[in-house]
Amino acid sequence: MRFYWFHLMPYQDLPPDFSTKYPSVWVDPPSDLFDPAAGHRMYNEYMDELEFAAEMGFDGVCVNEHHQNAYGLMPSPNIIAASLARSTANCAVVVLGNSIALYNPPIRVAEEFAMLDVISGGRLVAGFPVGSSMDTNYCYGATPATLRDKYDEAHNLIVKAWTESEPFHFNGKYTQLRYVNTWPKPIQKPHPPVWVPGGGSIETWKWVTERDYMYSYLSYSGYKRGEQVLSGFWKTVDELGVERNPYRAGFLQLVAVANSDAEAEELYWPHAKYFYDKCLHIAPKFAEAPGYRTVATIEAGLESQFAAPARDKRKELTWKDLIDGGFVIAGGPSTVRDMLGDVIKRLNVGHLMFLAHFGDMPREKTMYNTEMIAKEILPHLRPMWSEWEDRWYPQGLSQEELRTPAALANGG
Amino acid sequence: MWTAGDGPPLVFLHGVAGLPSWPDWLDGFAADHRVVAPVLPGFGESTGLDDLTDFLDLTLYHLDLFDTLGIEQPVIVGHSLGGAIAAEIAAIANTSVSKLVLASPFGLWDDENPAADIFATTEKDTAQLSWADPEGALKRGLYKIPDEVEEKKVAVIDRAKSLSTAGKFLWPIPDKGLRKRIHRISAPTLLIWGDSDKIVPPSYGGLFQDLIAGSRLVTIPDAGHYPMLEQPDAFVAALREFLG
Repeated sequence: MRFYWFHLMPYQDLPPDFSTKYPSVWVDPPSDLFDPAAGHRMYNEYMDELEFAAEMGFDGVCVNEHHQNAYGLMPSPNIIAASLARSTANCAVVVLGNSIALYNPPIRVAEEFAMLDVISGGRLVAGFPVGSSMDTNYCYGATPATLRDKYDEAHNLIVKAWTESEPFHFNGKYTQLRYVNTWPKPIQKPHPPVWVPGGGSIETWKWVTERDYMYSYLSYSGYKRGEQVLSGFWKTVDELGVERNPYRAGFLQLVAVANSDAEAEELYWPHAKYFYDKCLHIAPKFAEAPGYRTVATIEAGLESQFAAPARDKRKELTWKDLIDGGFVIAGGPSTVRDMLGDVIKRLNVGHLMFLAHFGDMPREKTMYNTEMIAKEILPHLRPMWSEWEDRWYPQGLSQEELRTPAALANGG
Repeated sequence: MWTAGDGPPLVFLHGVAGLPSWPDWLDGFAADHRVVAPVLPGFGESTGLDDLTDFLDLTLYHLDLFDTLGIEQPVIVGHSLGGAIAAEIAAIANTSVSKLVLASPFGLWDDENPAADIFATTEKDTAQLSWADPEGALKRGLYKIPDEVEEKKVAVIDRAKSLSTAGKFLWPIPDKGLRKRIHRISAPTLLIWGDSDKIVPPSYGGLFQDLIAGSRLVTIPDAGHYPMLEQPDAFVAALREFLG
């Protein structure tokens, strides 16, 4: 079993009346709510937390891409990943990922990911999300009707740019290039493992499985919805006659561990509330552009996970709701161990991403939660799925070949 | 495709909501015209959207359609998205159109008076934006609020398809170069606007009028983005007078 530590990097200082005063945390929240000096503190603390997770023995640290929002301050996750490539030594650097349809030309992603893979010594996981509708359609102006086709084309170009040894031309519908000749090339061959975070579009299941990539469901609505989505994924895997290797799938879960269930509520509830009330306060009009999901996905009855919480505003959220609904797995070590073990089995996932920081959780609590997970939870779950081979984890340079950055070597 | 009547051809190009049935306000024109109202690819059951990328494709598609149907020198009445398409056809193939009518068309952009973002509008707010009198329009059956689960599902899918298709040509800002071609329009042109259009504001009427030589602008009181539905008598009268 593999474990990852995922940071969304939310903006922590939204005003108490944010969700009543402003229509949306995404797309059009007034940017004067962002205090750059506070941002300086947050970025640096957040990067400390990612580095701490690497020290605590997580298999990887994860960053992702979002635009024009207070939900996550990483329009460019590659900037954070570049720093992590230098400040961590052994864990995977998981960029989950670059919304490849938004890069013009998309070989920019081939180049930057190759740089990250080379700098990190082959520790990169290359994430290719379609991207949320807010990010792609509303913030970056991508036409919903052609987004998935453009994504597919960008993917083909990037993989070819990584794997072709001779310069080639690319005559696409969305990108035309006379000379594609990416320097540098990634360390990992034929290319870094590709993970595709999906929001539950049924076409993605087939697309990912056919290419032998890893599918991950990043759910903020917890394992219950996760089970619905992943059962669809596994059904597709079965239909395609492919082995049910749990390492084909990943799942993100909010997790909060303390000495007891009561202490967990006391410690983490305010920050969970901040996350669900403020960070997911998305105006219904921006939750999903018409055409973002295909008709087939709509017919399958899978709602956008951003649309659902946006509609539930009339009811005051409680900690019990979050626990009972499976949104957050929290409590004393034995509670969390049992629940996570059960979820891992039910969802059949080999890669579990922990969202151990959420909302406005301060640094001390984040470190505490991270350490509790590392010491009290991971060792117990680690042996799961040992009968399967994980072909979706980075395979980079050997320890002898890896260069240690001077700052790390000097104990910095 | 909806067709009725015989005589000189009149083509109606529908707007962003599609054309699920024959529009009654065209009844009178079918008495002395061959009325043809195609359902644009991507709307309803109409297929072929994958081959259409931009307004040049849409223009050539319609010219091919006219050839196939034996339609020559039609009057083209275009509404909303269909108005933008009609304007493009009349600009690009400027000798192929006898008369042009643009009702609340998209196609131009004014930074000071932006058109509404119909793609970032909930179903509920769409009704508020579309009509001068949303409650009155609901009572008159000009739009429906689906109540049964199955009806809702059909409506959600239909709306997603229609707006996704419209978005293919209008996303994210409905300005795709018509301004640099619009001077080529040589057909006599009538512009019709609802005085309460909250989607393409009435100020765009003046903008179109300035850019199309000799065009006339009729503003219809108490009408929103669908003047032919909300005030059919006034709309039909204006169109009748123009067609002669």
